[in-house]
Amino acid sequence: MADLVSDVMVASLMIGGALMSLAAAVGLLRFPDLMARMHAATKPQVLGLLFFLLAIAVQQRSWQVLPVLLVAWIFQILTVPVSAHMVGRAGYRTKHLRKDLLSIDELDEVVERAATKRRESDPAGQ
Amino acid sequence: MTRQRIPFITELPLIIWLVIVWGALWQDFSLGNLIFGALIAFAVANLFYLPPVELSGRFNPLYAAGFAGRFLYKLVVASFEVFWLSLRYGPRLKNAVVAVKLRSPSDLLVTATGHAISLIPGSLVVEVDRSTSTLYLHCLNVSTPAEADRVRRDVRRTEEWLIRVMGTREDLAILRTEERFEKERAAGT
Repeated sequence: MADLVSDVMVASLMIGGALMSLAAAVGLLRFPDLMARMHAATKPQVLGLLFFLLAIAVQQRSWQVLPVLLVAWIFQILTVPVSAHMVGRAGYRTKHLRKDLLSIDELDEVVERAATKRRESDPAGQ
Repeated sequence: MTRQRIPFITELPLIIWLVIVWGALWQDFSLGNLIFGALIAFAVANLFYLPPVELSGRFNPLYAAGFAGRFLYKLVVASFEVFWLSLRYGPRLKNAVVAVKLRSPSDLLVTATGHAISLIPGSLVVEVDRSTSTLYLHCLNVSTPAEADRVRRDVRRTEEWLIRVMGTREDLAILRTEERFEKERAAGT
């Protein structure tokens, strides 16, 4: 009985994890530009990995494996935002985004202001 | 090139974390293994020099647990929301780059807030202005200023939680003053 319960738990956790991978794939295909795709490519994986690690924890049923799973997830949540930020930042700076899809762009005003200031203080453009 | 000596007490959290990672990777938390891990951690921290992280000196485990719960809840909800958005709207999705001004000038808190909101699907940090501690976020499915305001409130609430968990006393004081203003305004109307 206990085996059946844990098997059902493991199975549903793995389906949940797989569903998150599917979400990432659908997002990558359907979202229109780099920035929106970054959301789909990086974020659902955090939850998907958590589901899979939980599945391993339930399956193994030993306390010794828990810390290593926890460390794996912590490293994931430490590194995912950094890579997403670096790609997003580079994408914005190299204009790999579709401005027509942005309803509000508050960074654009700041960039414009900084550019005008630089032109005024250095009219020759040196 | 000379470098500044870091006092041992500032290094301690890093070394403790490295020892935990060491124990977890070996799947062995016996005393001998931990001591050996501590020696290696100390050597690594001193050989591969990094600028010290300035911690605030306070940590509230109760709020930390609350924050973790809120974080997990938001993670699950937002993951399915992004899934739904990709199915429902896909290429016709309207996004926005929203500026959010944070309260705290501390690097650690700005980084932690940026991390937390980046992990919750639907928002991504594009740029950080360190001098004014402003985050510029790319947000999915934001098409009106009212929705941008909702994002702003949400991010500032995340920061509020993090300040309660590990902010400096100055940040906490800012929060308290803010709360008092809110209360007075609520009482006034």
